[in-house]
Amino acid sequence: MRQPETQSPRPSPAAAKAVLKDDDKIERSLRPIKKQDFKYEQARHLLWRAGFGGNEAQIRYLADLGPEKSVDLVVNYKSADAPWPKEETFDNDIMRPPTSDEREMYRRAQRAQDEETLAKVRLERQRREQQDRQQIAEVQKWWLKRMIETPNPLEEKMTLFWHGLLATNYRTIENSYHMFLQNQLFRKHATGSYADLMYALIRDPAMIAYLDNNDSRKNHPNENLAREIMELFSLGIGNYTEKDIKEGARALTGYTFEDDQFTFQRNNHDNGQKVILGQAGSFDGDGFVRIILAQPACSRYIARRLYHFLVADVPTDERGGDKDMPPAQRAVLRQMASMLASGNYELKPVLRKLLLSEHFYEPQFMNDQIKSPVQLVVGACRSLNTPVRDLTILNDALDLMGQRILFPPSVKGWEGGRAWINTSTFYVRQNILAYLIAARRPQGYASGDDSQKFDAMALLEPYGPESAVGKGEPQAVVEALLRVALGWSPSQGVETLRTYLAARNNEVTNDSVSGMLLLITAMPEYQLC
Amino acid sequence: MNHSPNPYTRREFLKGGLVMASAAATLPAFLNASALAMNRALGGLTSLPGVPDDHILVVVQLGGGNDGLNTVVPFFAPEYYKARPGINIPEAQALKLSNADGVGLHPQMAALKDMYEDGLVTIYQGVGYPNPNRSHFKSMDIWHTADTTATGDGWLGRYFDAECCGFGKGESGKPDAPESQSGGPPGIAIGRGAPLAMEGRKIKPVAFESADLFKWSASDMNKDLRDGYQALNSRETGDGNAKRPDSNAAFLLRTALDAQVSSDMIRKAVAARPKTQFPASDLGRQLSMISSMIGAGLKTRVYYASMGAFDTHAGQGGPQGRHGQLLSQFSQAVKAFYAELKAQGNDQRVMSMAFSEFGRRVGQNQSQGTDHGTAAPTFLFGPMVRQGVVGEHPSLRDLDEGDLKYKIDFRSLYAGILEGWMKADSTAILEGKYDALPVLASAAASPAARVKGR
Repeated sequence: MRQPETQSPRPSPAAAKAVLKDDDKIERSLRPIKKQDFKYEQARHLLWRAGFGGNEAQIRYLADLGPEKSVDLVVNYKSADAPWPKEETFDNDIMRPPTSDEREMYRRAQRAQDEETLAKVRLERQRREQQDRQQIAEVQKWWLKRMIETPNPLEEKMTLFWHGLLATNYRTIENSYHMFLQNQLFRKHATGSYADLMYALIRDPAMIAYLDNNDSRKNHPNENLAREIMELFSLGIGNYTEKDIKEGARALTGYTFEDDQFTFQRNNHDNGQKVILGQAGSFDGDGFVRIILAQPACSRYIARRLYHFLVADVPTDERGGDKDMPPAQRAVLRQMASMLASGNYELKPVLRKLLLSEHFYEPQFMNDQIKSPVQLVVGACRSLNTPVRDLTILNDALDLMGQRILFPPSVKGWEGGRAWINTSTFYVRQNILAYLIAARRPQGYASGDDSQKFDAMALLEPYGPESAVGKGEPQAVVEALLRVALGWSPSQGVETLRTYLAARNNEVTNDSVSGMLLLITAMPEYQLC
Repeated sequence: MNHSPNPYTRREFLKGGLVMASAAATLPAFLNASALAMNRALGGLTSLPGVPDDHILVVVQLGGGNDGLNTVVPFFAPEYYKARPGINIPEAQALKLSNADGVGLHPQMAALKDMYEDGLVTIYQGVGYPNPNRSHFKSMDIWHTADTTATGDGWLGRYFDAECCGFGKGESGKPDAPESQSGGPPGIAIGRGAPLAMEGRKIKPVAFESADLFKWSASDMNKDLRDGYQALNSRETGDGNAKRPDSNAAFLLRTALDAQVSSDMIRKAVAARPKTQFPASDLGRQLSMISSMIGAGLKTRVYYASMGAFDTHAGQGGPQGRHGQLLSQFSQAVKAFYAELKAQGNDQRVMSMAFSEFGRRVGQNQSQGTDHGTAAPTFLFGPMVRQGVVGEHPSLRDLDEGDLKYKIDFRSLYAGILEGWMKADSTAILEGKYDALPVLASAAASPAARVKGR
C-alpha cells in the first residue's frame, strides 16, 4: 500500500471537510436578519450607519416596513436631480490656466524686467487664489447642506466614503472647481461599481494634480499616483512590490488634464513592455487598473474598508492578517470580497446583503461606532430635527473637530475612530450640539443666541396625545427622548434626566425638553452610533 | 489595549483638583506623573530640574507676512532707501544693537532692544526656503508642515508623535494616556482652532480662545444643567457596551472624565493672576495666559500664540504708523512675558520663536505699502539663546524678481530647536536632514555675527 504523501496536492478528507465547513460558514455568514428581529433599534441602526440617522417618524416607518423593504428603500435610491445647485453654480474660471496671450505677456515682462507688469500679474494671481478659497468654502457648505437635506442619505454617505478612501486635499491642488468635479464623480459612483470609479479616477483632474501625474514624463515617470493607488486605494501594503509601482507609473504616463478635462498625451505616454503584478504587456492606465482589479487582494481590501466604514473597526490593511479576527467577522469579510470580485465590484448587491444581514445588527456593533464629525453634526440635524442654523459655523466646527471636508489631512484620509476624540474635540462636539439645540453660538462668533427656535416638543408628537408620553408622564418622556437620541436608555441617563425634570416640576415644556436634550447630547454615549 | 483607566484617581483629582491647582499656581514647580502623585504632591510638590522634559517651546506667529526689512532695518544698504522712498526707517532712528553692525531694530521695538541687550534675543536673518510661495495660505502651510509642498502633518505634531507627546517614554507618554495623568495636554494653542503645525497623527492639540470657554457651553444656563452634566460626565462605569473596558463606549466615558479634569486644571491655571503687568494687547493677553499655565506647572511642552494684521499692502508707515504699532505690541508683549517668567523662576525653561510666513518685497508699492515677498528675520527668545544677529543679511542688490534670496532654511532653525532645546531627533521629525543651527548660548562657537551683505 502506498503511503500517503506528506505534500499531497489533494486535501485530506479532514481538510476537505474543514474547507466545506468553512464554505458553509461563509454561506451562512451574511444570512438575513429575521423579520421579527428587525425592530425600532434595528431600523434606527440602519438609518445611522447607511446614512446620517433618522427622526422618530422615519425610524418607525422603517420598523414597520420590515428589513427587506427598508434596506431596498435605503439602497435603491433614485439620484435626485433637483433641487441641488447645478454645476454652473460654481465658477470654473477662477483658477483657469493662463491663456497663451497671458503667458506671452508674462514672458515678455520677465525678459524686460518690467517689474510693474510682473507685480500686476502676481497680484491678479493672489486675487484669484483668494476668490478660489472663498469658493471652496461655498462648495463645502453646499455638500454639508446636501448631506443634511438629501432624501438619499446612502448616496451622500458613500460619497463621503470615497472621499475618505480616495482622498484629495484642496490645500495642495488649489482648485475648488476640480474638487467639486471630484465630489460629483464620487456621488455618481456612490453605490455603483468600484471598478468603474477606478477607471474614472485616473482621469480625474483633482486626483491627477494631487498625486502629480500631470508632472509625470515618459522618461521620468512620477510614481506618486501609481504608489497611492496600490498602497491606499486598492491593494494595501504587502500586496505589491516597488517594481510594480515603477511599472505602474510608466503605464500612467500621459494621463493628465487640460483646464477641466482629462487628456491623454500620446507622445508623453510610455507604451513599452511592462510587467505589473506578474503580467506582461504594453499596458496603459486602464491596463494597470484592470490588473489591480483582478487581484484577490483588491476585493479583500475594498471589503475591509467598507466594513470598517459601515460596521466596526477592523485594521484597514492586511499586515496583521485575519487570524486574530473573530471567525464570524472573517467569514463576512470573505463573502463580501468574493461578491465584489465576482460581480464587477458592484457595490449595491454587497451593501444590500450586508445591511440586511443578521451580522450587521449584532448587539456588540450597535451604538459602538464613534461618530465622525460629519456624522455628529448632520446626524443631529436629521434625527432631532434641529434648525440647521449657520452653515458657516457648522462647517468651521467640522474643522475644529478634525474633519474639514475637502481638506483631508493626507492621502490616507481621516484615521477615524478614537482618533476623533480628545479633550479638546470633546468640548467642541458637545458645544456644537448646544448650538444646534439651544442656539448658543460657539466661541469666536457674534455673541448672543441664534434667533431660530428649536421645536423640541415635536420630537414627542409621534406618540400622540393619549399616550403616556403625550400626557407628560416623566418616565415615559425621558425614555422617549433617550430612545430617539441614543437608541437605548442607560440607567444613569434616566436617573439624571428624571432629576432634571423634577427640578422643573416635572413640567414637559419646550424648555425642559430642550434641557434634557442638551444633557443627552452631552453624554459620552451620544458620541456613538 | 494595555490601558489602565484608573478612574478612581482621576475622580479623586476632580474632587481635590481645585485645592491642588491653586496650590500649584503659587509655586514654580510643575506637576508630576499621575493624578495620584498630583494629589500626593499636596504634601510637597516635586519637580525634575535639569531633565529635558521640563523644556518648553512657545511659538508666536506673526500672520500676514511681516515686513522684515522694516523690522530689522538694513541701514547699511543704500538700495534699501532707494527702493522705499516713502516708508523707510532712517538710520538715525533705527535702534542699534550690540555686536551687530549695519542693522538696527524698528524704532517702535524699544522693548525688544532691551531684551536683546539683556541677552534674551537671537535674530536670524534672511530665513526662508527655496522656490518661495507668495500665497499667505500656502506659505504658512509650508512653515507649519516644514515641507515645501505644504503637505503632511504639522512639524510640532510630528514631534509629539515621535516623542511620546514630549512627555518622555514613561507611562504618561503613551498617546492614549489620560491627560490628567500626564499633567496637561502636550500642546496648547490659544485661538479658536489648533494650528496645522501642532496637528499630528496620534496627538491632537488643545485649542481655546479663552480658557473660560474650554468647557461645556450650556453649563452656565442653569445649575440643574450644570449638575446633570457633571453627573453624566464623571462616571466610572456605564451600561451596555461600556461594561467592556475595550469598547468605544468605555473609552468615551474615560475621555469625558479626562476632559473635565483638564478643563478644571487649565481654567484654574489661567485664573491665577500674573505677578507682573502685561500690556492690554491681544498678544499680551495670550502670553499672559500661557505664562499662567506654565506657572501652574502644566506639563505641556509647546504653546502657540498668534497675532495677525501684518499684511501691510497700503499705508504701512515708516518710523510711525501701522506697521510700527504692530511691532510695538509684539515687542512689549514678549518683554512682559519674559519678565513674568523670570518672576516665576521659569524663564530658564522657556524658549520662544517668532516667525512670519514671508517677508515683503524690497520695493514699496504705489499705496505706500509693500506686497508679498520672501525671506525675513525670525526671532528666538529666552535666557538660553545666543545673543546676537545670526547669518548674513540677504543682498539688496542680488534680488530674485525684486525679492530677497533666503540665507537660512527655516528647517535648519527648526532642526536646531528640536535638537538643541527639545532634545529630539530632528531628522525623523522633519523627514529630512537639515543642518541644525546651534540655538543655545552654551553651544554657540562664535557669537560674532556677520551682518553685512555684499
